Amino acid sequence: MNIGLNDYLFLSALLFAIGFFGVLLRKNTLVIYMCLELMLVAVTLALVAFSRYNGTMDGNVFVFFILTVAAAEVAVGLAIIVALFRRRQTVQVDELNALRN
Amino acid sequence: MTADLMFYIFSTFTVACALAVVFNRNAVNAAMCFLLALVGLAGLFVLLEAYLLAVLLVFVYAGAVVALFLFIIMLLDVRGGHRPNFTKATVFSATAAAALLAVGLLSLHSRGRIEAALPAGPGVGADLKSYAYQLFTLYLLPVQIVGFMLLIAMLGVIVLSKRHEGLEDVK
Repeated sequence: MNIGLNDYLFLSALLFAIGFFGVLLRKNTLVIYMCLELMLVAVTLALVAFSRYNGTMDGNVFVFFILTVAAAEVAVGLAIIVALFRRRQTVQVDELNALRN
Repeated sequence: MTADLMFYIFSTFTVACALAVVFNRNAVNAAMCFLLALVGLAGLFVLLEAYLLAVLLVFVYAGAVVALFLFIIMLLDVRGGHRPNFTKATVFSATAAAALLAVGLLSLHSRGRIEAALPAGPGVGADLKSYAYQLFTLYLLPVQIVGFMLLIAMLGVIVLSKRHEGLEDVK
């Protein structure tokens, strides 16, 4: 069987699902963040595969922008996590319940 | 076919490492598995002839992002990074979501066949010049916007990591 576009898309969806599960299952904010990044790179795989099989550059250029945005997002997100840790001394999501009640 | 074999090797490796990110008890080990998953993904990019993107993925993600993650994990030292066991509600909802996603993936695999033959010749993503051409013609405005966004993100990080006195904690 030849590997085609569908296999890449399936793999991309699978990786996205795994990252989604990480976000649902884990309680540590840092690991949740890592799983978010996993979802992001899963989407880039789909974009690159589409670009390859359509013979256009647009998907590849989009991956460029996704990489840039992800780098900025990680910097800001981790700064927020550090600020949160300074204030509350925890990064576990079930202990960050200040908005409850 | 070597390309097919490589696809299976890289995809299995990537999925295994992604699963290890989710189920690892230690945050540092999770970050290391994330790094390995990114390397596997870079291999898949090479199979798709997007060589520049493969290199950039390793540089930006594996080099900068994962290093930043490891640095923050080290800085916060989240109780040795160990996670508590999953609660019953979490496991139940995750199983329900897993079932739904599995159905979605199966239907994608069985019905969502897109007929796409590989275009002849080398892939367009293999050519470095085409990236430069696209970035400086059609995508010039997004490039500038992204530049501003990076500047704003940098300023945001500086403001966020300053110590603010006199702010009341939410009890």
